[in-house]
Amino acid sequence: MQTPSPDHCENPNSTLHPFDFQFISGEFRLRNHLIALAAAAGLGIGAMAQADTPSHHPLTGEELSETQTFTYRMLDEAPTLDPQLNQDSEGFDILRDLFEGLMNQDPNGELVPGVAERFASSNGNRTFTFHLRDNAKWSNGDPVTTRDFVYAWRRAVDPAVGSPYAWYVELAGVMNASAIQAGDMPPEALGVKALDPHTLQVDLDRPVPYFAEMTTYATFFPTHRPTIEAHGIAWTRPGNLVSNGAYVLAEHVPNEYHARTRNPHYWDNESTIVERVTGLVVNDEHQALTRYFADEVDRTGIPAGQFPNLKEQYPDQTHSMPALCTYYYTINHTETGHPALRDRRVRSALSYAFDRDIIVSSLLKGGQAPAYNFTHPATAGFDPTVPDYARMTQAERDEAARELFAAAGYGPENPLQLSLIYNTSESHKKIATVASQMWKQKLGVDIKLSNFEWKTYLVRRKNQEFDLSRAGWCGDYNEASTFLDVMTSSSGANDGKFMDARVDELMEQSRTLDDPTPNYREVEAILASEMAMIPIYHYTSVFMLKPDIRGWPFGNVQNNWYSKDLYRVKSAR
Amino acid sequence: MLHYTLKRIAIAVPTILILIVLSFALMHSAPGSPFTGERPLPPEVLANLEAKYGLDRSFPEQVARYVWRIVTDFDFGPSYSHHDRTVNEIIAQGFPVTLTYGSLAFLFSILAGTGLGIAAAVYRKTWLDSLAVGVSVGAQVLPNFIMAPILVLIFTLWLGWLPGGGWQGGQWPYLIMPVIALATSFMASIARITRSSMIETLNSDFILTARSKGLPFRQVVIRHAMKPALLPVISYLGPTFVGLITGSVVIDIYFSTGGIGQHFVNAAINRDYPLIMGVTILIGILTVLFNLLVDILYVWIDPRIRY
Repeated sequence: MQTPSPDHCENPNSTLHPFDFQFISGEFRLRNHLIALAAAAGLGIGAMAQADTPSHHPLTGEELSETQTFTYRMLDEAPTLDPQLNQDSEGFDILRDLFEGLMNQDPNGELVPGVAERFASSNGNRTFTFHLRDNAKWSNGDPVTTRDFVYAWRRAVDPAVGSPYAWYVELAGVMNASAIQAGDMPPEALGVKALDPHTLQVDLDRPVPYFAEMTTYATFFPTHRPTIEAHGIAWTRPGNLVSNGAYVLAEHVPNEYHARTRNPHYWDNESTIVERVTGLVVNDEHQALTRYFADEVDRTGIPAGQFPNLKEQYPDQTHSMPALCTYYYTINHTETGHPALRDRRVRSALSYAFDRDIIVSSLLKGGQAPAYNFTHPATAGFDPTVPDYARMTQAERDEAARELFAAAGYGPENPLQLSLIYNTSESHKKIATVASQMWKQKLGVDIKLSNFEWKTYLVRRKNQEFDLSRAGWCGDYNEASTFLDVMTSSSGANDGKFMDARVDELMEQSRTLDDPTPNYREVEAILASEMAMIPIYHYTSVFMLKPDIRGWPFGNVQNNWYSKDLYRVKSAR
Repeated sequence: MLHYTLKRIAIAVPTILILIVLSFALMHSAPGSPFTGERPLPPEVLANLEAKYGLDRSFPEQVARYVWRIVTDFDFGPSYSHHDRTVNEIIAQGFPVTLTYGSLAFLFSILAGTGLGIAAAVYRKTWLDSLAVGVSVGAQVLPNFIMAPILVLIFTLWLGWLPGGGWQGGQWPYLIMPVIALATSFMASIARITRSSMIETLNSDFILTARSKGLPFRQVVIRHAMKPALLPVISYLGPTFVGLITGSVVIDIYFSTGGIGQHFVNAAINRDYPLIMGVTILIGILTVLFNLLVDILYVWIDPRIRY
């Protein structure tokens, strides 16, 4: 995913704010007259408690609340509810409830059947065959068939649709995706075929072992052709929207809230417990936290730095879980960067002298882990080798940094001057300020800090107009290549233009291997020895969740939650 | 008078056109495009998107097509950041919200502001004056981004009387805090302007004449002093009203009201050109309109003014 939207510090890609914002959730409690009155009228609370809610959870046996609602805070309005156009993480939260792809994730992030009951790969991970269940239905009762997937996937790459996420289909390796986007082939040429209404064959142009994982993302969700053809861009409005997930869109007031209710046609509707899910747009994270304490939302993010206090006061409601994103400083390896940065010793010295522990324990305080690798350690199936410098004490690292720096011909007598750019945000500013202090004190480096508004910052990064630049990367899927591919020569996200033939070779090779882990380890080792960039910390998602909301997927490092897995227990709050 | 009004309207058309061209140029000169992202789009996808929105055409052509669509179809184009909505729809949805809380805040600030101001002037140098000045200074130093969280803390979290945000079609519990938060500083300004203007008026010759004729003080204030004293207030009201009804980023952000204020910031950050243009033109037209209205009001209030 392009930009980290995790609850901490970051601005999500398309929805950026100049203020320090974040993420929420909640339920209107019948605590007082006005709220009750307004909520009942406006949010339809009266209709929430339905008679068919079981009194106890069928698996855990916990006593269930009569009001099965879940209300969460959203940072921003989702730019679209069209699965093929979506590129936003909060939009994806809604789409996971409204639609269902071939595969889903369970609370541990493991792959489980969605519309497809099973799949098989053949031809060396170049062909995937999915077998669809025959009881999957759209919310209007139509059956969900392979044709719906073929239609949707072609839409995703169709130049006439112009999806900003068309690259995702290309990334997944679906045959001819690039040629279709370029207009050289018709959308019908896409490598996806309906062999029969329940058998879908996907042909890839290269081996993609994790292809099935990629079908959990919205771009690959099916869409209902008659609805789109009947309503045009208005097809995603409540009343028009026909979807195949556990929920249907009941209400949507842009920039205020979305409400979704149960889809009675959903094949597993019987196992779904929560009746109504509401996403409230609350831009300001502090305001959102206040509303969490006023019981207006069930879930909200935690403003930077407040985690330890909240954890102490509300240990059972305050959560920190790994989020598949890494915060790092990109080093400009090109001609436009400072020549000293082309010296491995200088890059290493900067990285060694950077005390990550101060950042995570004194600044962020949300359970983040100091980073010495690029790949997030929670990434599935990846056990990174910890580089040597990670095992040293900070004092040892500082000593090594000074030696390396002196060897390269720099030091307090011959000070280095570098520019460091970041996008406007309080927390980036703090980290950059601390970084410049550390480098100044330990190595005598003069850092010129510059902050830029988001798009300006991106343009400067793309054009290599910096020496060092703040960066963050979030996994598009739960596999190490989602990180490591960034550092290959051809990657469009490799803004520092780090070029290493061996890295390219290893990553290329990894696609056909049954176990690519050794390759990934070697790539990480090269990144560390060459100090391709400066890893700083691995993200966590920190949030408050009401204690009576259960079923939260704490084991899912992509933070992909499905409302159908949640439930509210009867509790003495 | 009619001639003057028509002339002003005629001037408004080129003014708005200049506004459009200037905003268009400024917007396009900002670094980055609507499609700049952390992961750069493949060139072919970018080309498709630019073709879809006509961004591959020359600048004059883009402006001309944009203006033409507005004139012929009243179509402000698609939004780049909200794929499911057109700019017309976004404004049609958000503007009534903003108009509602903005108008209420406007009424509240006028009534409370002039009331406070007149009371302070009339009972000058009494405890009432000190109180009124105190209140208005207090309100002045509490900008809405401070007021909003304070109000929510008190009325939502502590007292539990009012919902902490949302709009719900404008039901009154959802209106109270946004209106108060938005109105306070305007109320304070109006109170200060009213007070000083009223003091000045009460010291002017015609008031002294009226009083020396033995008219009761109350009548002098209401019948003679009120109208001239409110003149400076009225010139302040025109732009204030436009400011209030075109929204407040702060109110929309703190109270999740869904008004159009937030789009000024978000659309600019997202480089959502059509949406920036839409809200800019809306403000432009309203500003021109209300300035004209204020000028006409002047004539009604002060017979000495002639156009």
